[in-house]
Amino acid sequence: MQRKFDPIMSSATMPTTTQLTTLRAPLQRAKVGMASLIFMESAFFAAFLVTYLYYIGKSPNGPQPIDCLELGPVLVNSVCLIASSFTVMLAVKSLARGSISGFRAWMLVTVLLGLEFLVGTGIEWRSLMIDKGLTIQSNAFGTNYYALVGFHAFHVTLGLLMLMGTLVLSLFGCINPRRDHVRVDILTWYWHFVDVVWIFVFMLVYVIGRVPQGGAL
Amino acid sequence: MRTHLIQKFFALVIAASVLCFLALAAPKTVMATAVDVVPVNESSRAPLEICNTSVPPISGAGVTSIFEPNSPPAREIRNLSYLVFGICIAIFVVVQGFLVVAIVRGVKAARAAARDPVLAAREPVQVYGSVPIEVAWTVVPVIIVFVLTMVTIRTIRDIDTKQPPAGALEIGVIGHQWWWEFRYQAADGSTIVTANELHVPVGRAVALRLNSADVIHSFWVPRLAGKMDLIPGHTNMMWFVAEKPGLYLGQCAEYCGAQHAHMLLRVNADETPAFDQWLAAQAAPAIENPAVAHGRAVFSQYACLNCHAITGTSDGLFGPNLTHLASRATIGSGSIPLTRANLRQWIDDPNSLKPACNMPSLKLNSTELDAVTDYLMTLQ
Amino acid sequence: MNTSIAANEGAHAGGEGPLSFWESAMRWTLSVDHKKLGIMYICAGMVFFLIGGLEAALMRLQLARANAGIIDPETFNQLFTMHGTTMVFLVGMPVLLGFGNFLIPLMVGARDMAFPRLNAFGFWLFIFGGLLLYFSYIGSEGLYGAPGAPDVGWFAYAPLTSRTFSRGNSTDYWILGIMVSGFGSMTTAINFIATVLCMRCPGMKLMRMPMIAWMMLVVAALVLVAVPVLTAAQVMLLLDRSLGAHFFDPQTQGSAVLWQHLFWFFGHPEVYILVLPAFGFVSEILPVFSRKAIFGYSLMVAATVGIGFIALGVWAHHMFVVGMGPVLDSFFAASTFLISVPTGIKIFNWLGTMWGGRLRFATPMLFVTGFVAMFIIGGLTGIMLATVPMDWQLSDSYFVVGHFHYVLFGGTVFGIFAAIFYWFPKATGRMLNEHLGKWCFWLLFIGFTMTFMPMHISGILGMPRRIYTYEADRGFEIWNLISSIGVPVQMAGVLCFLWNVVKSLRNGAIAGDDPWDAWTLEWSTSSPPPEWNFDRIPTCTSARPLWDKKHPEDPDAHYE
Ligand code: HEA
Ligand code: HEA
Ligand code: HEC
Ligand code: CUA
Ligand SMILES: [Cu+2]
Repeated sequence: MQRKFDPIMSSATMPTTTQLTTLRAPLQRAKVGMASLIFMESAFFAAFLVTYLYYIGKSPNGPQPIDCLELGPVLVNSVCLIASSFTVMLAVKSLARGSISGFRAWMLVTVLLGLEFLVGTGIEWRSLMIDKGLTIQSNAFGTNYYALVGFHAFHVTLGLLMLMGTLVLSLFGCINPRRDHVRVDILTWYWHFVDVVWIFVFMLVYVIGRVPQGGAL
Repeated sequence: MRTHLIQKFFALVIAASVLCFLALAAPKTVMATAVDVVPVNESSRAPLEICNTSVPPISGAGVTSIFEPNSPPAREIRNLSYLVFGICIAIFVVVQGFLVVAIVRGVKAARAAARDPVLAAREPVQVYGSVPIEVAWTVVPVIIVFVLTMVTIRTIRDIDTKQPPAGALEIGVIGHQWWWEFRYQAADGSTIVTANELHVPVGRAVALRLNSADVIHSFWVPRLAGKMDLIPGHTNMMWFVAEKPGLYLGQCAEYCGAQHAHMLLRVNADETPAFDQWLAAQAAPAIENPAVAHGRAVFSQYACLNCHAITGTSDGLFGPNLTHLASRATIGSGSIPLTRANLRQWIDDPNSLKPACNMPSLKLNSTELDAVTDYLMTLQ
Repeated sequence: MNTSIAANEGAHAGGEGPLSFWESAMRWTLSVDHKKLGIMYICAGMVFFLIGGLEAALMRLQLARANAGIIDPETFNQLFTMHGTTMVFLVGMPVLLGFGNFLIPLMVGARDMAFPRLNAFGFWLFIFGGLLLYFSYIGSEGLYGAPGAPDVGWFAYAPLTSRTFSRGNSTDYWILGIMVSGFGSMTTAINFIATVLCMRCPGMKLMRMPMIAWMMLVVAALVLVAVPVLTAAQVMLLLDRSLGAHFFDPQTQGSAVLWQHLFWFFGHPEVYILVLPAFGFVSEILPVFSRKAIFGYSLMVAATVGIGFIALGVWAHHMFVVGMGPVLDSFFAASTFLISVPTGIKIFNWLGTMWGGRLRFATPMLFVTGFVAMFIIGGLTGIMLATVPMDWQLSDSYFVVGHFHYVLFGGTVFGIFAAIFYWFPKATGRMLNEHLGKWCFWLLFIGFTMTFMPMHISGILGMPRRIYTYEADRGFEIWNLISSIGVPVQMAGVLCFLWNVVKSLRNGAIAGDDPWDAWTLEWSTSSPPPEWNFDRIPTCTSARPLWDKKHPEDPDAHYE
């Protein structure tokens, strides 16, 4: 038969699971969970990256990457995104030092840099669609370009929402440096991950993939 | 009591399985009885005349067993299969044998314990493992795996689907939902197109260039060669040599939509003179018989000509080429014997014979139907 | 977790007595307790098993005779698609993950999973995904008019799935249903990993974990690598279908073969996802009923991890007939053969465990023994299929259907039944009836053999799979008839099981904490376990903590 829970015995005589794990390693579960999530997301991106790689050079007609991809704006975006990785690091450092205002400031910078990236991507897409006539339906390049870059941008958005949530929480005083800096640190792993993925995406789309298409089938 | 039953049952199952495998590996005699269980032509339940073929049965036609090869690639695969079956049966007998012995001993031990309370109070000796034994049963499978890999690679190289033997007759095969298009190169360089029934010369290598017009199909005539997929936008090759004249059956082996089941294959292997004759006949334009001019008019009046090619009359590409329809034994990709009644019903309502097929009913009235049917029946 | 205990208990702190139907329904629905979720996973999975089995029975009805006209081709195609999809995604995955949910915390001595809320989220995603898939029967009209279930086969090869060849929305339902339940599997996998790595009780080192925990860990890792790739491929397909992208459209240089690579990169690990937990059940049950420790624990662990790794590099053995060329064919044949080494190690270690043991053939042990015997057959036919030239003949024939039912039914499903019979007492406090259990096993076993053994033969005789009817003159008929006759026998077995569950829940024998005299931690708590699992977090001195407790004179700890 089902026993009844005895809170007194339970909490008085022995540590609860949470306490146990806390004793062993603080927030280990969260770390493992986030690492697993990142592992899983890597598999997602790997599928899209491999597909992109496979289709490089296989669009005989329609707008070609060499004709429509401009390096200038995307470099600015990339710098912003990469920089945001450093600023978020600084934010966590401030938090660890106990400086909540430093945390807020760096977090704000991070969020702004992330937003710049998204807006920059939006502007790039707009020009691609309207000026260059490249849509997801144009050819294999268009299909893969929008899918890969869009999927990445989607993840940037997710990461950004998380960061903004943290920022808002800190504004309402819900973030306690001593209690929460490891938590926030774990959260930022995701942002670093999104950055690293961008490096791969950038290499593939703007470096390796900017070749004449069609001929080399 | 009950445990006794278990032993017996497992022994029985093992014996039965071994027999099953042996039966499969044994060619001809055993297989033949298996095939004879169902008489050729037995199908009175089928709607209309499907499969109640009026074509005289050709000996061995019904057999599609992979253990009855009549062509080098198929034979090579069969030989490899004997070897691999052999290895697997050996493994099976040994491992399953150990299992049975373990069960017998374990049950005995349990019975002994049930009789003896002192014994029952003690657990059996605990063995946690043994390095030499564990190494042994890691290494032995590694060796078997090595052997299997080697023989497999050798056979892959031997058959080499991409490299047909020199002097092979090349035929283009295009898969359609749910019929086959075959393209031969005539001596003068022109292309001869036919459908559903492939003719090949006996004793000469035939190379198939496989392509698809829509979805993925697979060319499988078990007695000639292994299967190979027909993939849109991707050309595959395969080859075989039909060693004996006769009809070899097969069918599409990759799921390709509603009528995947009725995308049958018929390969007629003819002696070279007969084959040349057939090819010449196929190269000829369609017979123009004034007696069926009305039928021909109906054919070109309706949408038939959009989908079907008849040299001199139409050049549709969506459906099978009908130029020499009457020279074939079947319609509907080998699923329906070509008789006048069947053909008439087909044109009246293809879906009644091959549900969901891609030919619409054009709702001809019965005189038109008769005329068109008569016309098509003259297209030898 | 703590909050959940507090919440649930708080709600009922005062009142005693039985809950009303709605109250208990609410308790189950809102629960984040790993045991409740596990049980719900298993029950939902078994419901889908009945549905999937019914679909199979309809197919077998049609295939019993040549040229039968009971079921029209489109319906038949929907049946095998839904049968395969259901059995793989809505039966195999959830039931096995459900057992993982129920067992992992109990076996590693934890109070709950690492992320209980995420766990509940995953379960409801699975339910929603399953409903979405089945909603296609009524909701998929689209432009085409007639609604219908997906009919593209469980691996949905391009370009049959493109808008051109699959009109209406049925394929979209297939994509979305699987994708949603896939998200559920992934969250569960994350949970498993975090639980196994972080929540073990004091003293339970990795190499002291129950085998199931190891298997579930490897399964979770496989889920995290494989399922996202399927999801990515499905996203691409969805883009093709709804936005006119060209991933799998051969008309515009899209590749039909790419889909196959992506799918099978998921699909092959998936079949090991479906069998590794069952291996885990065997590795737990077999020792207990042989009264011996598992033979070669560390090699077993190594083999499990080995299977996990090799399983990621064999996917193209499903594609030997697409014309990959001799080099790739040879590579994938070799890697596929290689997987029989760690799998063989498992089989041999189980035999080593039985060897010299004192065997007690209670129902769980019957199923486990049946598993070992049948899995060997399925594995060996797999080896035949991995022999590339043989696969050129046998691929997409009924031989393949025979192969995978031997591993999936003889393996996974037997494992599931063994596990249900074994852990039912723990979950409910009551034993299942042994007599009915034996009937269930033998009926299933005989029906299974009748149904699936002849499929090898019809495959060898040249019968392709996924055909709604076949010609009368090929010698297929007798084997198909036997196959079909096996189905009612299996049905009787399943009915025996259902009746057993109903009966035993009401008046089965009271189980007690440890009815099987077993050795892992879940048997040290009450049956059913309290919401918080253990009054005291147990400690662990060896791989068999309860053995050490029961045999203080000769504990395992001495042999580590
Ligand atoms: C539980 C699921 C499961 C498992 C465990 C396996 C295990 C294996 N499978 Fe199977 N397989 C499927 C489920 C599974 N399969 C499914 C669902 C399909 C079809 C999908 C579809 O098309 O719909 C399929 C299809 C499939 C194919 C493709 C066939 C085709 O479509 O053309 C191949 C080809 O290589 C294959 C091979 C193998 C091999 C080599 C193993 C090995 O892991 C087996 C290893 C085990 C043993 C070998 C036995 C025990 C070992 C010993 C006793 C040691 C000694 C033995 C040796 C040294 C050989 N399987
Ligand atoms: C775990 C996986 C699993 C399981 C358990 C099964 C179980 C069964 N399968 Fe399975 N099958 C697959 C996985 C599985 N299958 C897959 C992946 C495919 C490939 C699909 C594809 O090609 O796309 C396939 C394909 C497949 C085919 C090939 C279809 C074709 O290619 O045309 C056939 C044909 O006979 C078949 C038959 C059966 C049968 C008879 C059972 C039986 O064992 C079922 C037994 C169960 C029952 C009979 C249910 C009992 C029901 C009752 C007792 C009724 C009670 C009802 C209520 C109370 C509502 N299956
Ligand atoms: C929309 C296209 C279309 C139209 C119009 C059409 N057909 Fe067909 N026809 C097909 C297709 C596709 C098949 C192959 C069906 C199958 O076997 O699955 C076929 C098959 C046939 C066959 C059987 C050929 C064989 O070898 O199997 C005959 C005969 C035939 N059509 C005659 C006609 C006649 C006569 C008409 C006009 C009254 C006609 N068709 C109109 C598409 C069409
Ligand atoms: Cu064409 Cu199946
Ligand atoms: Cu596989």
